[in-house]
Amino acid sequence: MNTAAIQQFLHERFGAAVGPVESARLFDYVEVDPSAVEEVALVLRDHPDLAFDCLNNLSGCDRPTRGRIQITYELFSYVHRHAFVMKVGARRDRPEVRTVERVWPAANWLEREIYDLLGVIFLGHSDLRRLLLPDDWVGYPLRKDYVEAPEYHGISTVRESALKLSERR
Amino acid sequence: MSLELEFADGRDVFATEDMVLNMGPQHPSTHGVLRFIIRADGEVMRSAKADVGYLHRSIEKIAEKVGWHGFMPYTDRVDYVAAMTTNQAWAMAAEVLGGVTVPRRGEYCRVIAAELGRICSHLLAAGAMGMDIGAITPFTHAVRERELINDLLEELCGARLTFNYMRIGGVAWDLPPGFGAKVLRFLDHFEPYVDELDDLLSGNKIYIERLANVAVVSRERAIAYNLVGPNLRASGVKYDIRKHLPYSVYPEFDFEVPIGEGRHGSVGDCWDRYIVRLHEMRQSARILRQAIDGLPEGPVIAKVPRNYKPAAGEVHVHVETPRGDQSWYVVADGTEYPYRVHIRTGSFAAMAMIEELSRGLMIADLVALIASFDIVAPEVDR
Amino acid sequence: MSLLNTVPEMVLTTKVDQLLNWTRKSSLWYMLFGLACCAIEMMQTGGPRSDLDRFGMAPRATPRVSDLMIVAGTLTLKMALRTKVLYEQMPDPKYVLSMGSCSNCGGLFQLAYSVCDGVDKVIPVDVYVPGCPPRPEALTEGLLLLQKKMMQERWLVREPQLRTDAVRA
Repeated sequence: MNTAAIQQFLHERFGAAVGPVESARLFDYVEVDPSAVEEVALVLRDHPDLAFDCLNNLSGCDRPTRGRIQITYELFSYVHRHAFVMKVGARRDRPEVRTVERVWPAANWLEREIYDLLGVIFLGHSDLRRLLLPDDWVGYPLRKDYVEAPEYHGISTVRESALKLSERR
Repeated sequence: MSLELEFADGRDVFATEDMVLNMGPQHPSTHGVLRFIIRADGEVMRSAKADVGYLHRSIEKIAEKVGWHGFMPYTDRVDYVAAMTTNQAWAMAAEVLGGVTVPRRGEYCRVIAAELGRICSHLLAAGAMGMDIGAITPFTHAVRERELINDLLEELCGARLTFNYMRIGGVAWDLPPGFGAKVLRFLDHFEPYVDELDDLLSGNKIYIERLANVAVVSRERAIAYNLVGPNLRASGVKYDIRKHLPYSVYPEFDFEVPIGEGRHGSVGDCWDRYIVRLHEMRQSARILRQAIDGLPEGPVIAKVPRNYKPAAGEVHVHVETPRGDQSWYVVADGTEYPYRVHIRTGSFAAMAMIEELSRGLMIADLVALIASFDIVAPEVDR
Repeated sequence: MSLLNTVPEMVLTTKVDQLLNWTRKSSLWYMLFGLACCAIEMMQTGGPRSDLDRFGMAPRATPRVSDLMIVAGTLTLKMALRTKVLYEQMPDPKYVLSMGSCSNCGGLFQLAYSVCDGVDKVIPVDVYVPGCPPRPEALTEGLLLLQKKMMQERWLVREPQLRTDAVRA
């Protein structure tokens, strides 16, 4: 099935929670409401005509101008060998999205990564901790307004230029 | 005298408790800096929780600072064991966004470089697999063969490990004179060597005992956890991006996609993951021979402006690296810097699965499991 | 009659210091501390072609029996704290070789938010090997330089802090 057919199918079931087909120039996607994402995901996985058994990629992208953190779900079906992209826009001031961890186990780490780097909270996630950065890290570095801390545990994060160093001597 | 079955404080003398063990981040068999916190009952693990990020180098953020061309050297370091394929993924993402077409000779150069890199990576995987479960000799053999490929790639682009060979629109340099003949000479030497490695390692009784029926991944679980590449194929799913979502000039080549058959145990065990890589080396050699045979004439790079500014848009690019389908999500906003780059790698998915697989395994099996997944730390952390 | 003519030919004369240094430099055990890309080149250096064994060097898995720590690769802030612990676990006399641009100064990753720009911010370094990554030949040269440095040490008249003056501030 192509994106338009899947969108029509989902729209009939979920109404306003599933938006129209939109274009990102090189692929089409469908916008889904953050609170409905788990139910939509379950249908996408379990319906025999869709059978999206694999969450191929889950990426977050900060869009301060729209006040959203956009999360892109790239789905793939090994049964039908077709793909589908859905997006969820989390509000930047209160980024909360339902988890899909129980639909696709692969989402566990991918969601943790987005929480770590973009600060999106996945409601209902079993183990929402920082994944890549240390637990005591401050801030979410992939947000566009992130400011680097001058030091971490007494290690300064700035290195003086070697040229300046030789001038001093 | 009665037998005392309790300590003075009332505890049962036979009572046992779980042991918590830390493995890594500095550990010789974790393939880079990975850390596991293991809860074990004697030698049997209840679970092994992975703690990653010790090599998180913020490559995705750097992409937003250095521009389209400038990001190429960083892609080498996303997966340093097979840098060529990661190069290719980034070049492809930028080309699709900017609508650039690569000349045919450029694509052939890419395939030759990428397949040499794949052999290089699988050699290290097979050698390290032996070393991790106690067989040192195959590792030294593999490193010896690797040096030959390193020499070839060094002649091609001047670097042994981090190549920075590909460019948006093609490759940086044409193949040096006589390169094809050298690759063929190497293949003549290498193909018998793979059989030798096969004889030396694959059928070894201890090797089979350590790997067969260990950490079996079923087809369903492999897909649910989004395992990719050789790890997925070992579980019996015949899916290779080069074949089923073709890119570059791969459709022109004749090669097979080996899958796990469970020759010594069940489909999807550690041994299957190892043998799939061994077979893939043979297939890569096949592709190399065809690519050198059919190498067309012409330019190797398209005309791409120095100040590259692809139009706003988003793209998903999939490339078959030695560790499987590497999925790049790139967002352009029409400026000379990428707006967002996200890389989902094969090792990341494999690493996420280890916690589930580790339950009930022996601690020594964890080492075999990591080696069989061929995890490379910077691919997990980026 | 000179002293040299009275001793048999198989006897060598040397200073006690030099004898000690010669024995130390000829069995330099290094800790496997591969962090990133450079680790592959370190493995190749230990491999059959460049063969570090001929200098009496053998890889060790634990810091407690190592003389030398080859910091091979990018040091992230998360890892920097561990590195310090590992260094402190090594018995004296101990040496550190910083392999590659990343551990020298941050290298390519000076732009990163999570990378410690140079291992010398955390532990003292004896030899810096430039390159990204350095070739096995470069690493071998660095190790030979370290051996040279070891030969110049004076153990019998040594003051406890003598070594640290060689470390770049």
